[in-house]
Amino acid sequence: MPGKYEYIEHTADLGFRAYGTTCQELFVNAAEALFEALVSVETIREKVQRTVAVTAAAPDELMVSWLSELLYLFDTEGLLLRGFEIKSMKNNRLEATVRGEIMDPARHEIKTGIKAVTYHQLYVRQGNGIWESQVILDL
Amino acid sequence: MATDIKVEKLDDFRWLIPKTGKMRTEGLVYADEAMVTEITKDASLEQVANVACLPGIVGRSMAMPDIHWGYGFPIGGVAAFGMEDGIISPGGVGYDINCGVRLLRSDLDAADIKGDIRALVNALFANIPSGVGSRRKDLKLSAKQLDDVLLKGARWVVSRGYGTSEDLRHMEGEGCISGGNPEYVSERAHKRGKDQMGTLGSGNHFVEVGCVAEIYDEAAATALSLYKGQVTVLVHTGSRGLGHQVCDDYIKLLLSASGKYKIDLPDKQLCCAPITSKESRQYLAAMACAANFAFCNRQMITHWVRETFQQVLKIGPKDLSLDLVYDVCHNMAKIETHEVDGREQKLCVHRKGATRAFPPHSKLIPEDYQEIGQPVLIPGDMGRYSYVLVGTETAMKETFGSTCHGAGRRLSRHQAKKVAKGRAIIRELEDRGICVRTAGKGTLMEEIPEAYKDVTDVVNVVHNAGIGKKVARLKPMGVIKG
Repeated sequence: MPGKYEYIEHTADLGFRAYGTTCQELFVNAAEALFEALVSVETIREKVQRTVAVTAAAPDELMVSWLSELLYLFDTEGLLLRGFEIKSMKNNRLEATVRGEIMDPARHEIKTGIKAVTYHQLYVRQGNGIWESQVILDL
Repeated sequence: MATDIKVEKLDDFRWLIPKTGKMRTEGLVYADEAMVTEITKDASLEQVANVACLPGIVGRSMAMPDIHWGYGFPIGGVAAFGMEDGIISPGGVGYDINCGVRLLRSDLDAADIKGDIRALVNALFANIPSGVGSRRKDLKLSAKQLDDVLLKGARWVVSRGYGTSEDLRHMEGEGCISGGNPEYVSERAHKRGKDQMGTLGSGNHFVEVGCVAEIYDEAAATALSLYKGQVTVLVHTGSRGLGHQVCDDYIKLLLSASGKYKIDLPDKQLCCAPITSKESRQYLAAMACAANFAFCNRQMITHWVRETFQQVLKIGPKDLSLDLVYDVCHNMAKIETHEVDGREQKLCVHRKGATRAFPPHSKLIPEDYQEIGQPVLIPGDMGRYSYVLVGTETAMKETFGSTCHGAGRRLSRHQAKKVAKGRAIIRELEDRGICVRTAGKGTLMEEIPEAYKDVTDVVNVVHNAGIGKKVARLKPMGVIKG
């Protein structure tokens, strides 16, 4: 496996490819890639916890729903997240516990603003025992 | 990723993408030779071709010279669809619904405020929330007030004393898109928008104090009350989280609708539904609400810009006369009437990173601009210049009254950061006479002037192709960024 995730070039926006040995691990790594694009994840402390549940029509759409949900928590509550625990995942429904803290401008330097998670060139796939997903963010 | 799409040169500024495969019409790109070479390096021409595959497209799938690779539609894309057989696509509008620009003019000379620029920029930065998560503590909307914003647009802000009826007359659509219905705006979108009224956001959004550096068309400049050396202000922002959430919600809805209406999608981000469908009607009502939020947002920020000038320069509101020249939208789908094959037809025109550019004597532009056409505001990067243009008859005939919207990125954000690494960007800009305040260091690096195409090249293409006419060039003096 090439690593947890890698960022890819896109003229106006930012994309990443995330990997995992299981589908759950893939979703966890993608979530981390999202927050690492926003701030340095190592500066996030796990102080508060939330439960997240999302559904979609297909695995790739579930990825967008999941990341959009996390972005929504950041946009409305200022929640920066790093601890992702997938509680259940079946039939394109995902339940997770996520941990992090409210953004503190003194400790968290925003690298870039993220408007949305797009469906452009999106995929979630599995091959040779590795799960892989590509996501393009709108900045 | 280079493209396989072939283009044919029609003239120095027009390039045709011939109809192939599932394309229902041709593509047309406005660009010069050097730009075309650049454009073929990424997938943006494929995106022009993909849009040409959508049902009910009328005329060509077009791209303005600031075209760059977007998601679904290219940025700089223009496409019109028939009301009976056409579609509407939230991705063809974009996440930042009614992202737009407005220009304010003053009676001040640049020379007179040179010594005040730093103080002005600092005060603007303090008064206008900039950057991720920033808000003003003295402005919180109740649920009822937010719904009023979504229905009334800029009229709501003006009715509370933050602006004038003259301001309203000088906005595209007088600052309000009709047909909004807050019931079709989700609870989540409401929640994201509640605290974001009057905020700039991050990325390429800005407030810029500048001055008129050059006049190209004296008559038009006079009609716009612009003169050389005059202080101006540009405001660039959109519908913030509320618009993003509306787009998100409706892409999700229209993804399932595309299947239901059996629309073959070359890219999921292009998901759409027939304009006549229930889903499209709901999206149009929600999009109007988001557009109205954006008009309000720019009007609220304008009020604080005026207050800031009064505070710093110690002049009364009567002597300030920071009047609104015009306010244009960038990311919109609008129901408009256009002449197609000699017949007037109602169409849904998608402009994603493109500006409406209606000609003189259009009923939809203010009375004082009847002789010159609709003002078109084209911001460049923060280190060089911006342009004021007016709409033309040629634009009306060829591009459904549309033209470019900005410089267009040349470097990805990552590349820009690499180029900017280790450099004192703020100092470099100061050496060029531009005072910059920014909320995030990262944004500043992503937004360095070299990250963008030279907006002069972009503007020259639309001017020479006749789909816009140059009136004036503005020079930045002070900028606040998110």
